Amino acid sequence: MKKYLKKIWNWIDDRTGITENIVPIMKHPVPPKATWAYVFGSAVLFCFILQVITGVALSLLYQPSSKDAYQSLVFITDKAKFGNVLRGIHYFGASAMIILVGIHMMRVYITASYKFPREMNWISGVILLLCTIFMGFTGQLLRWDSNGVWSSVVAAEQLGRTPIIGKYLARLLLGGDTIGGQSLSRFYSYHVFMVPAMIFIFIGIHLYLVIQNGISEPPKAGRLVEPKKYRAWYKNLLKEKGVPFWPNAAWRDVMFSSIVIICIICLAVIFGPPALSGKPDPSVLTTTPKPDWYMVPFFALFALMPHNIESISMLLGPILTVVILFSIPFISNKGERSPLKRPWAVYGVICVTVFVISLLVIGLKAPWSPHFNTKPLPLTAIKSANPDSTIIQGVHLFYSKGCNYCHKINNYGGIDGPDLTTIGNRLSIQELKVRIVNGGKNMPAYGGILTKEDMNNIVAFLKSQN
Amino acid sequence: MNEESQKDEITRRDFFLKVSLGLAGIGAMAAAIPIVSALIAPLLEKQNQQWRTVGKLADFQTGTTNLVTFINADPKPYAGVTAKSAAWLRRTDQNDFIAFAANCTHLGCPVRWEKDAHLFMCPCHGGVYYENGNVAAGPPPKPLTRYEVRVYNNEVQLKTAPLPITSINASKNA
Repeated sequence: MKKYLKKIWNWIDDRTGITENIVPIMKHPVPPKATWAYVFGSAVLFCFILQVITGVALSLLYQPSSKDAYQSLVFITDKAKFGNVLRGIHYFGASAMIILVGIHMMRVYITASYKFPREMNWISGVILLLCTIFMGFTGQLLRWDSNGVWSSVVAAEQLGRTPIIGKYLARLLLGGDTIGGQSLSRFYSYHVFMVPAMIFIFIGIHLYLVIQNGISEPPKAGRLVEPKKYRAWYKNLLKEKGVPFWPNAAWRDVMFSSIVIICIICLAVIFGPPALSGKPDPSVLTTTPKPDWYMVPFFALFALMPHNIESISMLLGPILTVVILFSIPFISNKGERSPLKRPWAVYGVICVTVFVISLLVIGLKAPWSPHFNTKPLPLTAIKSANPDSTIIQGVHLFYSKGCNYCHKINNYGGIDGPDLTTIGNRLSIQELKVRIVNGGKNMPAYGGILTKEDMNNIVAFLKSQN
Repeated sequence: MNEESQKDEITRRDFFLKVSLGLAGIGAMAAAIPIVSALIAPLLEKQNQQWRTVGKLADFQTGTTNLVTFINADPKPYAGVTAKSAAWLRRTDQNDFIAFAANCTHLGCPVRWEKDAHLFMCPCHGGVYYENGNVAAGPPPKPLTRYEVRVYNNEVQLKTAPLPITSINASKNA
């Protein structure tokens, strides 16, 4: 039997050239001491494979039509055997992919692996990064719940700010004048066919380049990259100290990727996929659109940016980011690679990381959003022990006029404006009136909205908060 | 044949190479036409807008602001609920109406009418508008967009419109 199998294998091997062509690639020499810092790229690759497989599995259950997609999502989540876990894996897989792409890119930047001769590795990597972000965004739309619908509207509005062609870009994104039957078909095509095809192509190029130029050796302070001598030096390094990629270096990749994938599956089983946010009905307005976490930093940026530079940032921000990313290997492709000798590079990475994480943290809190579901302030929560009728009226008005949505009193209410629990100590009656009448940058001027009596009641209530 | 044309003479192989590349080009271009037209289909479609009845005249009291829903201009048969849009309709007089688009002019999120506060509020980034649609607070760069409204045979009709897109040079004032 064994002899027979061996014969079959020999025939296959002879006709396909596996031993001749593939094995040498697997065993190609790599620089020694390429340790755990080098596992992130392969982990992204394995996450992508996981995404492809779970994506194909989801497509067996999904209806890519504006009319039925939501119902099929409900079916996958609630009825299909393990459908919930499948969605969960696809969601956490996407999250892991975005995090790991980020880490991989930071590692490459900090150790300056993009320098000669690996400039094209970096460029193909940037294209893959952009594709990954686009996949994250369109994937969230395919859920086709109210969040999916409104996220596509928000995206159309952003494209719409582009000078001259904005309206056409928005129309192209939505597939027409408004959200409709054609919208989801287009997002589906982008998410399932077009962008994955690009990712396959660019992963092919990226991996080919890794073989072509070799894995960058771990940097050493003082050992400079000299384009004229580098290739010969690298060849010599591999000849003298190189170790075979399989299995000497690859075991770490396999182990790390396996742990990542097991973690993704565990998270999917424990937490499940993100809940559906309601029917994709654009005429239901009592919904609070919220993007998936990896889009939250952008979402936060639009709330916090000075409003008068917003349009221009929406246009120039992405263009500049892409231009800078593409130009990094051309700004400096030789010299020092060690992070110890490139403190500004490390500092830059830390700054960008802190910036993005801060935006994420504040975006998840979204203090600028009115808390529409805040409960009316009960009389037990106010300072005044024996409130008279004006104060009681003031308490009711504080809720019904929307003050409560943005101002907190004794843990009731939103957090956009200042906490007013002890406002009576800080402002006089006259000062209170001035603020309420005139409003501010993030507060409406209530002068034209409140009657004199309403105003007096609210002020009486606020003054009693001392 | 004169001398010049002899100099330019091409070999049989060159000729067939050029013909084959040319044919490949023609094939690719011919296939590209329907592919590209599918890609840019939304730009090629005609844009018709429709008057849609959103209620009877008697349904709306003067001074109130109501949510009305209607079907978009040209819904696809497979649009389902996504064929719908909503607007905030206010009767200002016997025969006068204002209809505000439900989309915040900042990034298009759905604004809601707070009837006691007489404000439109957006859940996304804290945009607020006064009763007349002017910006009261937050990031919106211009007032709420309006739909055309008319009264026709005792019915209130609203003219559909594309998703209101805020352009880069929008200004705060109406």
